[in-house]
Amino acid sequence: MSILGTPRPTTPATSAGPAAPTFSGNRALMLEEPLVFELGDSSTSGVDLEAVPAHASRLAELERSAPIGLPGLSEGETVRHYTRLSRQNYGIDLGLFPLGSCTMKHNPRLNEKLARLPGFADIHPLQPQDTVQGALELIHRLAHWLTTLTAMPAVAMAPKAGAHGELCGMLAIRAAHEARGDARQVVLVPESAHGTNPATAAFCGYAVESIPADARGRVDLAALAARLGPDVAAVMITNPNTCGLFEPDMRRIADAVHAAGGYVYCDGANFNAIVGRVRPGDLGVDAMHINLHKTFSTPHGGGGPGSGPVVFSAALAPFAPLPFVVEKDGRFHLVEEETADAEDHGRSFGRMAAFHGQMGMFVRALAYMMSHGADGLRQVAEDAVLNANYVLRGLADVMTAPFAASGPCMHEALFDDRFLEGTGVTTLDFAKALVDEGYHPMTMYFPLVVHGAMLVEPTETESKARLDAFIATMRDLAAAAKAGDVARFRAAPRFAPRARLDETRAARQPVLAWTPPRSPQSEAA
Amino acid sequence: MRYYTPQDEWIEVDGATATVGITDYAQGQLGDIVFVDLPEPGRTVEKGKEAAVVESVKTAADVYAPVSGTVTEVNAALADNPALVNESAEGEGWFFRLRLADPAELEGLMDQAAYQASLAAR
Repeated sequence: MSILGTPRPTTPATSAGPAAPTFSGNRALMLEEPLVFELGDSSTSGVDLEAVPAHASRLAELERSAPIGLPGLSEGETVRHYTRLSRQNYGIDLGLFPLGSCTMKHNPRLNEKLARLPGFADIHPLQPQDTVQGALELIHRLAHWLTTLTAMPAVAMAPKAGAHGELCGMLAIRAAHEARGDARQVVLVPESAHGTNPATAAFCGYAVESIPADARGRVDLAALAARLGPDVAAVMITNPNTCGLFEPDMRRIADAVHAAGGYVYCDGANFNAIVGRVRPGDLGVDAMHINLHKTFSTPHGGGGPGSGPVVFSAALAPFAPLPFVVEKDGRFHLVEEETADAEDHGRSFGRMAAFHGQMGMFVRALAYMMSHGADGLRQVAEDAVLNANYVLRGLADVMTAPFAASGPCMHEALFDDRFLEGTGVTTLDFAKALVDEGYHPMTMYFPLVVHGAMLVEPTETESKARLDAFIATMRDLAAAAKAGDVARFRAAPRFAPRARLDETRAARQPVLAWTPPRSPQSEAA
Repeated sequence: MRYYTPQDEWIEVDGATATVGITDYAQGQLGDIVFVDLPEPGRTVEKGKEAAVVESVKTAADVYAPVSGTVTEVNAALADNPALVNESAEGEGWFFRLRLADPAELEGLMDQAAYQASLAAR
């Protein structure tokens, strides 16, 4: 087998691409790349390993006799493989990434510089606490700012991302009910909540009931109040919600839930719209996760890991998970199982993770907070909302925005597919055409409360010039759809490394494992 | 006699048993259907509560029982060929059969004309 794999000539998806395929499959700077398992062979290695000395195996018939099939690549070819793949990827460092409810903002390089300091980067969770006082102080300070920004008295730092944070919050709610001997069974989730919310409640063993949205895209307060009762453990609400709208009845909702003996979980994924402006504790929230990888600019998605600390009200604080950092006489220590009773935290529901959380993300998030300051964070929310409204008003006349008439949006602009009616172009086609234009598509078909949804979140880190270019692109696409240029949409993406995938076949007949091609030797044998 | 729900299920009643599926309008809204999760035969389902789940390339949706009853049979063909729902939502793409708990529950459902009128009003 050739070290460079089998040439795979590219066939342009449409006549819009270059006419002739190349021999190598590459097209100048657009480089084709096989799977790593299709590259290299067992005779090549990037490291020198000593020959295994003769030994008697104790595995008997369990000993492996066939090669395990790891790809052998030199260091240079390994670097090329992943660099080539990375060039086919799209990320926030390449361009605007308007994926709604994901807050794909710029990750400041100052964060990265600080996270690489050896005192933060080269320590181990099992080190004696005396030797990591600086790291513990950093966690303590970050916890302080998270509780201050939310007006909530306690925070669990360990949860690893948003859905893990939701689980943490719901486990605390369950523990609080069980401590009273109150086995409530139902969690209410409005239609405008994030999709992970009902999944989390179901994972915790609760029956999930949906609460409808009203005509303004907000929680139907009357429907919610009518359903409250002694069987309702909690309401999980997303504020600002997935329609990109603030829930003005939040305080009244919380009061009604509390009066019925339940708790309020708030999905904090959209905190970027209100950070520094609104404190969820003032709205009656009992538990809320904060995505450091959204609001506080730590890397998101494949560049993560995520981090999802959860803040708690006074009612839930005693049940918060271990461990957490406490300051005593100028020294910092972790409260863990051995000392929880003695330190008045014996009612904790347990642990969310082996250790204390994502240290590298804590450093980045605190760097972000301290470099912005209170005024800077307030401006983050203001600019995020301003940018989203700029996009909403820049497109509302050529697309259809179901809630634009009810006033400004928060950090994300929601469109439906009424403007595509009769064009033969769907939301999916529209999103794929955006790929050809060099943008990551917006969130599509979510939230479910509007038809063919397109949810655009520009974030505050995009300049007016970038937003103008994006709006111009969207306007051009909308005009092309209305003008009947269906081919441009149906064939999209035409210029991506791979053309439109058959999503239906992929879902109906998924191929979940790679099968190695038969080698010439095994065919001869 | 065939009845329809506001959540786009249909139910064809034949004496004490009935066949349930989703409407042609519903399959069109869902797009290409890739998976149908059906109830176990013998399970009792409650009117208006989740009885099955249908998953398409766009979304996953709960299918509610139009009336209460006990599931007697499910459409095994959907396991290998969920596309049957797209091709024949109100025929071969049926979901499950049930024994009615209370035939009086049928009274609140729509007939075909009323259902078509409700679609026009959406």
